[in-house]
Amino acid sequence: MENMQPHIVGQDLTMAYGDFLIQKDLNFTVNRGDVFIVMGGSGCGKSTLLKIMIGLKSPATGDVFYDREPFWASGDTERELTKRKFGTLFQSGALWSSMTLAENIGLALQQYTDLGEAEIREVAAYKLMLVGLAGFEDYYPNEISGGMKKRAGLARAMALDPEILFFDEPSAGLDPISAKLLDDLILELRESLGTTVVIVTHELASIFAIGNNSVFLDPVTKTQLATGNPNDLRDNHPNFEVRNFLQRGEAA
Amino acid sequence: MTNAELSISDSVDGSLVLDLSGDWLLGEDLPSPEPVLHRLSTTPKPKLVRFNAQDLGEWDTGLVKPLIAIARSAQESDIEIDDSSMPAGAKRLVALAFAVPEREGARRTFRKKGFLELLGEQVLSGLEGGRKLLTFTGELVLSIGRFFRGKATFQRSDVTQYIQEAGAEAFPIVSLICFLIGMIFAFVGVMQLEMFGAGIYTANLVAIAMVREMSAIMTAIIMAGRTGASYAAQIGTMKVNEEVDALTTLGMNPIDFLVTPRVFALIIMMPLLTMYASLMGIIGGMMVGVTILDVSLTQYVAQTLESVHLNSLFGGLFKSIVYGTLVALAGCQQGMACGNSALAVGQCTTRAVVMGIVLIVVSASILTVIYINLGI
Repeated sequence: MENMQPHIVGQDLTMAYGDFLIQKDLNFTVNRGDVFIVMGGSGCGKSTLLKIMIGLKSPATGDVFYDREPFWASGDTERELTKRKFGTLFQSGALWSSMTLAENIGLALQQYTDLGEAEIREVAAYKLMLVGLAGFEDYYPNEISGGMKKRAGLARAMALDPEILFFDEPSAGLDPISAKLLDDLILELRESLGTTVVIVTHELASIFAIGNNSVFLDPVTKTQLATGNPNDLRDNHPNFEVRNFLQRGEAA
Repeated sequence: MTNAELSISDSVDGSLVLDLSGDWLLGEDLPSPEPVLHRLSTTPKPKLVRFNAQDLGEWDTGLVKPLIAIARSAQESDIEIDDSSMPAGAKRLVALAFAVPEREGARRTFRKKGFLELLGEQVLSGLEGGRKLLTFTGELVLSIGRFFRGKATFQRSDVTQYIQEAGAEAFPIVSLICFLIGMIFAFVGVMQLEMFGAGIYTANLVAIAMVREMSAIMTAIIMAGRTGASYAAQIGTMKVNEEVDALTTLGMNPIDFLVTPRVFALIIMMPLLTMYASLMGIIGGMMVGVTILDVSLTQYVAQTLESVHLNSLFGGLFKSIVYGTLVALAGCQQGMACGNSALAVGQCTTRAVVMGIVLIVVSASILTVIYINLGI
């Protein structure tokens, strides 16, 4: 984990919706086993960057490299294969409401592995145990609370033992204790599974607690202002905007 | 890639030694933990389960899943576990899996229901559905009362929009369907009546059928599929997004705000659409009649005008108002009764259409009997 192998590299990324530029010239490197934070004020394009990284939206220029292989420049088939190494937790869980939690987790296993029905159910039960939802296999998403939905979403994201986990605002809408527990869980999973984690968030508490690498997007200049360990950036970065954001607007 | 292997041996100090080797990856051919679980439940029980994982290769969920099964079984039998030679990550995952104990009463058990029980549940839910429809109708009547006393909160612009959606935007489909229905009637009429040399009475057949019955029924069925479904889906989605709750907290009655304007929009537009539909049907019949029969356009029109009486027209329009009310009622009631998931929105939309069509056909039969007895 400490040998600093580049896992994800963003190169000269420009994101735009039609003619409307969101961000330009993004360059960052995520090492294997990093907890990488994508941060910045509201509306700066954090979620758009995540969409580009997980293959929901193509960049205007530039590319993302996974293990040195280009993601968007490759063919559809290769991209589908790369995507299978991802697990994504969407902002409000995005659990399929017509399926039970076990079925939510089992869908990917059913499609992409040769496991039998009983085995899939066992795997689903185990994933739910990991996120602290033991016994909730047969619940439907609308029968559980918001925090539980996020945990179930995380269990689903981990269904295929992904190499990279993406999180969109994991602590949004959670109480501080639940948010802290989720952070701990993310860290614990990274430690035990060696997963690379990419998190889009502006929760300062989370950023400092779990992030060891980051990129800071600025909505005004429409480009990245900083990249690196968020604790370092807070104390030592020359740019005032970056320090001010990380110190809750109280930077000197 | 080496095959995963699991060998079990009892050591002299009374502990059970499990040798794990090879790559334990999910989806590969993995040894079952069953023999271990069996051994743990037979007496004499081992004092300790010791894992020997020196030769373990790669691993993922495929390893952790049996480990958890073994750990759970050992826990139940009070047997200690020595997993010191396991990879650190796997140990942590097992610990994490047991970190939050299962919430009591959370697990669900399913049992097969007997035929009588299922039948009973169906009957009860049917009665419950009927009761809900009646309650809803009552609330709607109260809401209409508030509407006329000017005490209902709603947006005027909403009403005009609903009228536009239920009325003008339905023109193309109503035109097409009723035009074709008119043509079909005329074909059937021409074929049969020509045999008696009474081909000209095709005009009567088409005009009376369209004006009295068919245009109202066809328009209502189109509206059930078009507008009723859209009412159910709109209101249902608002329920899912808690928008209905948001209205309630602002002190607005959701029935006043969402349902009554929609019902009025349909009640106002249905008779207009039905009149238009009758016209389209008659034109469709005329096309066929004038083309196939040896009659002129003037003759056909004269025959049509002679056959349709004002009673038929008002009878048809009254029916259309009844159908419109029922379609709107079904759509809005199902929308308001929607559960809170994407699936529920689909179900309530389906139910709205089915219920709408059933109500239309049933009320059509009842009205027809009444009309006959009244001699209209």
